[in-house]
Amino acid sequence: MASVAAEAMDDPWEVAGRRFHSRLIVGTGRFRSLEETRDAIAASGAEIVTVAVRRVNIHDPKAPMLQDYLPPDRYTYLPNTAGCHTAREAVRTLRLAREAGGWNLVKLEVLGPPPYLYPDMAATFEAAAALIADGFQVMVYCADDPVAAKRLEEMGCVAIMPLAAPIGSGLGIVNPHMIRAIKREVRVPVLVDAGIGTASDAAMAMELGCDAVLLNSAIAHARDPVRMAVAMKHAVIAGRQAYLAGRMPKREEADPSSPLTGVIGSAPAPAG
Amino acid sequence: MDSSIAITLNGERRQIAAATVAELLREIGLDPRKVAVERNEEIVPRSRYDSERLSPGDSVEIVHFIGGG
Repeated sequence: MASVAAEAMDDPWEVAGRRFHSRLIVGTGRFRSLEETRDAIAASGAEIVTVAVRRVNIHDPKAPMLQDYLPPDRYTYLPNTAGCHTAREAVRTLRLAREAGGWNLVKLEVLGPPPYLYPDMAATFEAAAALIADGFQVMVYCADDPVAAKRLEEMGCVAIMPLAAPIGSGLGIVNPHMIRAIKREVRVPVLVDAGIGTASDAAMAMELGCDAVLLNSAIAHARDPVRMAVAMKHAVIAGRQAYLAGRMPKREEADPSSPLTGVIGSAPAPAG
Repeated sequence: MDSSIAITLNGERRQIAAATVAELLREIGLDPRKVAVERNEEIVPRSRYDSERLSPGDSVEIVHFIGGG
């Protein structure tokens, strides 16, 4: 049993040939401060963090930077394309990210308009093709659509990341059947990205067979983000272990968990 | 003699004394290890910061990583 317990704490996964031990990727947006960002990420146990690329404030060059709080030699930065609406903008942004950090592993997200910010799949396909041609390893945010997921894999995306629900909605996994279907369709890692609200949602994603979970607001907008980060860390491990263990079948009727025989005061069992 | 030139820096018109990207970063006060630079929509690799010369009317973007999901 000790070996199973040890294995649960050392259950690595790989994306684009890189090996990671934490199956939780955490976004660094929407925290109240850089100190809170640092503490929540540390508590989550995440090894990969998503980041955005933006203009520096040339009027305040000494303002603290994310890298001062999340050392890039300790965390793998996964730069995103948030705010890009075309393939050209996405390629331009991630070329800058590559130069700033030297990484090829990126998160592609091309979003449609508010209020749903749903993945714009036509633009996503176009941007994925351009980024792959430019040498990027693309983890792609996408609709919970098994046909689109398969096509993105065939194009060469290194991870498929369907939404659980709209970004920042906290609704949880609105269509678990399609998440499972996507996991069945593709060979590269599948991550639920966006829509996770609380720990049970993250556990459910892992129980569905996902390789990892990506979330941001569920931690950043919790009343106590550091504590929620701890909860998410354990939820992902719990969900993964439950998936590996294989759940019991469901049944309509009770199945007693204590023997019905040998109860005191009952008639003795017939002899031999 | 005033050797400054006018460029567009992160969308703003600005007079600068710097002649190269490296000098521009020094003039603004930015750590070159924490930013990336684009000049006229072309990436300037870090290895070229010292040699990349700026011209009047250039459009320069300087970016860094910030929190994002």
